[in-house]
Amino acid sequence: MPKAMLFDSSKCMACRGCQVACKQWWELPAVPTTNQGTYENPPDLSAETWNRIKFTEIGNNGTVRWLFTRQSCMHCTEAACVNVCPVYARSPHELGFVTIDQERCIGCGRCVEYCPFGVPKLGNYDVSPRIRVELGTPRTVTYNCQLCRDRVEDGLIPACAKTCPPGAIQFGERADLVEQGRARVNALKATYPKAYLYGENELGGLHVMFVLTDEPGVHGLPENPQVGTYPDFSANELPVWYIEAIDEGKLPVLPSLGPLPGLPATPPAQELGWGAAALWSWLGIGVVGIGAALGWAIRRRVAHGEEKPKTQED
Amino acid sequence: MTNHWNDIANSDCMMAIGSNPAENHPAAFGHITEAKERGAKLISVDPRFTRTSAKADIYAQMRSGTDIAFIGGMIKYVLDDMDKNPENYNIVYVTEYTNASFLINPDFQGAVDLDGTFSGYDSSQRSYDRTTWKYQYDESGIPKRDKTLTDPNCVFQLLKKHFARYDADICCNITGADKATYLDICRTYAATGKPGKSGTIMYAMGTTQHTNGTQMIRSYVILQLLLGNIGVAGGGINALRGESNVQGSTDMCLLAHILPGYLKQPINKDQTLEEHNNRVLTSYYTNNDDKSLNWWKNYPKYMASLIKAWYRDVTPSEGYQYLPKTTKPYNDYSWIGLFEAMYDGVIKGLMCWGQNPAVCGPNVNMERKALEKLDWLVAVDLWETETAAFWNRSDVNPADINTEVFLLPAAASYEKEGSVTNSGRWMQWRYKAVSPVGEAKADLEIINALVLKLKELYEQEGGPLAEAITKLTWDYGGSHPDVHMVAKEVNGRDLSTGKLLGSFGALKDDGTTISGNWLYCASYTEAGNMSARRNPDPGMFNIGLYPEWGWCWPVNRRIIYNRASVDLDGNPWDSEQPVIKWNPTKGESGGWDGDIPDGGAPPVNQGGYYAFIMQAEGHSRLFGALNDGPFPEHYEPWESPVENLLSGTQNDPAFKIWDSDMDHKGDPGRYPIVATTYRISEHWQAGQMTRNLPWLVELMPELFIELSEELAAEKGIVNGGRVIVETARGSVEGVAMVTKRFQPFKLNGRVVHEVGIPWHWGYTGLSTGDSANVLTPHVGDANTMIPEYKAFLCNVRKA
Repeated sequence: MPKAMLFDSSKCMACRGCQVACKQWWELPAVPTTNQGTYENPPDLSAETWNRIKFTEIGNNGTVRWLFTRQSCMHCTEAACVNVCPVYARSPHELGFVTIDQERCIGCGRCVEYCPFGVPKLGNYDVSPRIRVELGTPRTVTYNCQLCRDRVEDGLIPACAKTCPPGAIQFGERADLVEQGRARVNALKATYPKAYLYGENELGGLHVMFVLTDEPGVHGLPENPQVGTYPDFSANELPVWYIEAIDEGKLPVLPSLGPLPGLPATPPAQELGWGAAALWSWLGIGVVGIGAALGWAIRRRVAHGEEKPKTQED
Repeated sequence: MTNHWNDIANSDCMMAIGSNPAENHPAAFGHITEAKERGAKLISVDPRFTRTSAKADIYAQMRSGTDIAFIGGMIKYVLDDMDKNPENYNIVYVTEYTNASFLINPDFQGAVDLDGTFSGYDSSQRSYDRTTWKYQYDESGIPKRDKTLTDPNCVFQLLKKHFARYDADICCNITGADKATYLDICRTYAATGKPGKSGTIMYAMGTTQHTNGTQMIRSYVILQLLLGNIGVAGGGINALRGESNVQGSTDMCLLAHILPGYLKQPINKDQTLEEHNNRVLTSYYTNNDDKSLNWWKNYPKYMASLIKAWYRDVTPSEGYQYLPKTTKPYNDYSWIGLFEAMYDGVIKGLMCWGQNPAVCGPNVNMERKALEKLDWLVAVDLWETETAAFWNRSDVNPADINTEVFLLPAAASYEKEGSVTNSGRWMQWRYKAVSPVGEAKADLEIINALVLKLKELYEQEGGPLAEAITKLTWDYGGSHPDVHMVAKEVNGRDLSTGKLLGSFGALKDDGTTISGNWLYCASYTEAGNMSARRNPDPGMFNIGLYPEWGWCWPVNRRIIYNRASVDLDGNPWDSEQPVIKWNPTKGESGGWDGDIPDGGAPPVNQGGYYAFIMQAEGHSRLFGALNDGPFPEHYEPWESPVENLLSGTQNDPAFKIWDSDMDHKGDPGRYPIVATTYRISEHWQAGQMTRNLPWLVELMPELFIELSEELAAEKGIVNGGRVIVETARGSVEGVAMVTKRFQPFKLNGRVVHEVGIPWHWGYTGLSTGDSANVLTPHVGDANTMIPEYKAFLCNVRKA
């Protein structure tokens, strides 16, 4: 059953323990910041910052409101980043996350460009000792929240949810959280008529949903986000190290969907297998030639570029 | 806290005034969120719109230092509404559990009669003779009462007379609150006066740190008593303590006027233990009414047991002679007094233990200068604090400073074993997780080594009053002390049997028992270490008492004054959320269910005692003598841009004004803007524990100054630009945060601006900046001498 996160903007009081807990668990470095006349910092997501709280001040005739909204990966069902990634560095996990294999990532930046939420960010391959990238270094790869996939696979909840004092970040079965989010929105409507459960249906259903007190735009979230269209990716753009790594068998032709690089946990394959199993059965063969697989992979991207956005099930 | 953190979830209405729990107590905000989910209202009263205000149902702006006007108007609203709608209030509570019915000396005159002061004021001494503030007594020495509350000399009528001036218009003109919002708050909070409803007031340093901060808290107490909110679940008067163990350190006599367990500091007049006990009992705890338990009559037992814990081999009377006696007024021993004495060259050495006065002291330029006059300074801390490095700050030449500084590296909380006592009086045992880094040592190791060395030196070399050191009992296991032995001594034992005591009821005044702190007697008994218990059972009545989670003083009572939560027959006012309940079928002659009651006696109507057992008269005090008056009266802060609208008495009449050559008062002509200081979630106190952590520096990298868009426009200041704030003491520069969350105050037709500055910064660590305390004055509260950090005058300009 898919897992999900529910962020309740009506409960968040912007202590930002979530920002620190994320950096602590993933051993991400602090970034140099300055005060720009706001409590908000760092000013944007980055390779080193996967989760942050946005502060929105709204003034109206002497009264003021201060909205606090989470910004991090939404773990979309119709995930643009998965669709546009030419090398399968991004894959959907059966538990609902979008996972990243930085070892495969060629740093092409297509996910950065086409994510409707502006979440993935490029950074050096070695921002965290928790994420090991060995092939083709030094190079640039993309980063964002992975919903603490390693923690969740070990039966824990993500670090941000664990630390949140007012319980503004809930983690659990997506179906339960949809119910919880609907109930909370209904309760809030008396005070906030425009309260809304964001992510219940957007992009096929997000795995990070939001209880919003106001319209999404007021919280800085896109109304009705779309995957959009994107241009072809040419095999000529593949870096040499990547082709060599495939040739030499250092990278599987298709993503292993195994444990995160550099992490010790090796969960059972059947719990992880949607991507691999489905793709292999779709291909109908056990082993394909390197060239054929690459060609298929790239063709798949080409097809996506020409058609309307696809869901994972296509 | 009279109640405790978890209990906030039981509340129907929570008022955060002088506190900002979302930012300064974020871990506790979950309980507030829980109450809100159950439908409780959160009211935020603050000069600026904070992260707490962002979560509040109602927010009212209030100029810093005007709490008594704000609450005074609410008290008047409640008193007026009580006349009109008595069915909405618990009149029995007011009559039976407070001193509303007590008759006061007819010679008493109040602020209405004396233009803002009370009878007995001596302006030359800035102090009161309290003779006329006393109760009237009958021939048996029992206070006279009028339970109809109509006698003009009864406390209730005096209270009404006093607060009659505090109408909503004048209160809003003083505080700057919007009147419609203010009345909404009055209505919403007054609704907790109905029996079965509860309201809690959560305050912190925003209340205490004023020249009349104690009286501000008194105003909260009066409001809570009129609404029957003391002693009930979800009620209380709750000081949100700012550190994990500040309650514990206060219990163990952090302050200059007390010994552990709130016993009184001996003064020079108390030549013998008997004289000391007699002075304390006659001054504070005289009572002739058999219906009042007057618990403090046991004072001599606690004092004897404490002395005996310290001096095991002598009698309590002899041990008393080894205790230091104060010769000066309390003020001189408080923070400001100590730094004035250092500045004057009277105090020559300072042990600075987990404190960072070079950032956190008021008028900090003066306090840093005072450190220069010391012969020696010992700093015990995790980092090289600004205090340890005061000789190396940018505006001094180290060669000119002769102070010898010793920096002792201390173990952090996870590197040592021991207990902490939280805001809600819960004592919780903690374990050592990792060994200290480098040469760092646990505080107990450091003090143990120091005391053993001092004993050795005094034994070898003698010296004045050497016996106070040489005869001190110090047996915690030799050179590596055992913290459990300390905890057991704090609990106390019977010296004849050697057994640990089960409660302070067993303490004696004859030197046969010891207890390092009578309030903690029952925390570590023959049954084990009660503070190490971790049973998650919420206990009876489902109000989250958690009776077997850790331990709570006194005697594991989770909500103090809980006898006020029931009627005279022992039935709870709130049947859904009772705290205690009389059960006639319990035991042989009935007993209490629920929390540990205040004293085990049966209900009042069955021969029990009055509800407030710690007060000599057994009743909580609407009228209660403090240094600056028996009722809270609004006065303007020492530095204020406006005249007092309520009386001709501009400032609190009884706080001490210091006059060194570095103590300056700002003139409103030159400094027309109100300034206040505060803390933010991302940094901790004087900043050493957070400004050395890159992740937290990333969140809040620089000192900033919050100001309104209107003031910024007037001064040509832009958001994110640099701004300078100046007071009569000094100036700081920081990033301008221009925000709608700070609105100009409209005071009696005049616009007054206020700016806010967090005080976490200093000159060491990863993130450096000015301390906001460069700006704050060296004046303090009339009763506690806590510094006035929260309301002073400044000017601002573009840097």
